[in-house]
Amino acid sequence: MTDQNNAEINITHLARLGRLAIPKLSHASTEQELENIIAMIDAMQSVNTDGVEPLSHPLDSEQLLRADVVSEPDSRTAFQSNAPKTEDGYYLVPRVVD
Amino acid sequence: MSAGLEAGEYTSVELTNAHLDDIELRNSASNSFITIAREHALKQAKAADAQRANGNPTPLTGIPIAHKDIFCTEGLLTTCGSKMLSNFHAPYNSTMVERLNAAGIVTVGKTNMDEFAMGSSNENSFFGPVTNPWDRSRVPGGSSGGSASAVADGLVACATGTDTGGSIRQPAAFCGITGLKPTYGRISRYGMIAFASSLDQAGPMTRTAEDAALMLSYMSGFDPRDSTSANRQDDWLTAIAHNGIPKLDRPLSIGLPKEYFADLANAEIIEAAQAELAKNGHTFKEVSLPHTQAAIPTYYVLASAEASTNLSRYDGVRYGHRCNNPTSLQDLYERSRSEGFGEEVKRRILTGTYTLSVGYFDAYYIKAQKIRRLISNDFNKAFEEVDLLMTPTSPTPAFRLNEHAQDPVAMYQQDLYTVPTSLAGLPALSMPCGFVNGLPIGMQLIGPAFREDTILSVAAQFQQITDWHKRHPGETA
Repeated sequence: MTDQNNAEINITHLARLGRLAIPKLSHASTEQELENIIAMIDAMQSVNTDGVEPLSHPLDSEQLLRADVVSEPDSRTAFQSNAPKTEDGYYLVPRVVD
Repeated sequence: MSAGLEAGEYTSVELTNAHLDDIELRNSASNSFITIAREHALKQAKAADAQRANGNPTPLTGIPIAHKDIFCTEGLLTTCGSKMLSNFHAPYNSTMVERLNAAGIVTVGKTNMDEFAMGSSNENSFFGPVTNPWDRSRVPGGSSGGSASAVADGLVACATGTDTGGSIRQPAAFCGITGLKPTYGRISRYGMIAFASSLDQAGPMTRTAEDAALMLSYMSGFDPRDSTSANRQDDWLTAIAHNGIPKLDRPLSIGLPKEYFADLANAEIIEAAQAELAKNGHTFKEVSLPHTQAAIPTYYVLASAEASTNLSRYDGVRYGHRCNNPTSLQDLYERSRSEGFGEEVKRRILTGTYTLSVGYFDAYYIKAQKIRRLISNDFNKAFEEVDLLMTPTSPTPAFRLNEHAQDPVAMYQQDLYTVPTSLAGLPALSMPCGFVNGLPIGMQLIGPAFREDTILSVAAQFQQITDWHKRHPGETA
């Protein structure tokens, strides 16, 4: 499956999904690096996992639940002190709707 | 140090000033620190002296330590080694920092690291590489390279680190210090910047097992703000401050996983360490962890997938780097992230995006989770036969700066002996057990979940009858 998958690495598509701007000039080298990594990763395909349940938490522990009550104070000012651009308590982004 | 403070030989302010002067003088040789926090530290030191005068000190009260720059610290920069967060002031403390503050610790600074903890050499830091105190042309390991280097250099006695696939243990091995990755869930992840959430775990980096145990006892504990925090009551852990590391009541059976010794270059050093441990009556037995070879690919699928998800929060809007004059929201996201992240971080985001994308999810992510269970089962089976496992920490001693920088896949292989434990969530400690050409070699002790006591007990025994952990860079090894 290695060859088949490697042929399908589409840097433009992946960069868009990952919200990264990859300059056209480095597409080829990025693709080569990813191919090498995917080839390394594909070594795991030879392991027989028939009938094995996926493990998402290393110790299989249960998700903790808490009551649905407010537990955090309002920290808007503190949090927004790190924001690059704010106005009147709002985060500013380029205009999305005209 | 704690005894000196207790006896009144010096105050914490004096001790802290001496540490800060030393760090300011010598940090340029190692680049271990991103932030040196004089004002913050002296304020904490004064409070520690007052805490001692009031008669309620802990063994850590007034002791200067350093935090890896991945832990949120109120009032100090928290950069995670990235341009993205080079101006980020966390509005709150991580739970672990909060706990150590309550014990009266003094934070003298924040240590350098691979960007977002992604790396095995500390060469991926926006703030420049860190050097290894044993040989300045070599790497300290990573990603907690600044903490390891600072402890080995004697700039601080204790530092904190984080370990996702070996980021405490491998730099501890490269720098000749003791580093403990506790069981997943032992120390709260709240306020610790996320890389791969199902693997990330904080831990202490120190010279001795005794200090590591003491740090662990104050760093640990259930935290409702971390949904994966373990809610446990381990009496040995809370008793460490008074009783030290628990003594073993019997000799142990220690397993040697044959897959870890297959092509080992410096096997004679690990064999000599076994001979030392045998003096305490411990016996050794070969065991097998058959899925070891699959661990690296499995780890890189899971860690990259989780990283690409966790790092989606850096959008140039709420915090972190923002590009100039964005023309659209998409442009803002893409340029802010591309300018703010370094090459390795982008590589992992792309890898994670690929393996999580439509059509590949089952073949990669789910497949990796299944192998993760097989790896975990391997360890469970081994622990039916033995109490503890002993392995080398890393395939080689510290390599040269730039040696693997151009070959990510070769760099990933560095984590061969540390990644399986991370996938299984188990506790493991690295400590020095010899030298090759003046470079320290680390041995790793791996225990069953939540049995850091067994690991620390054996490590303390070993350090009582050997002096590898007392060697300092510059002395003849």
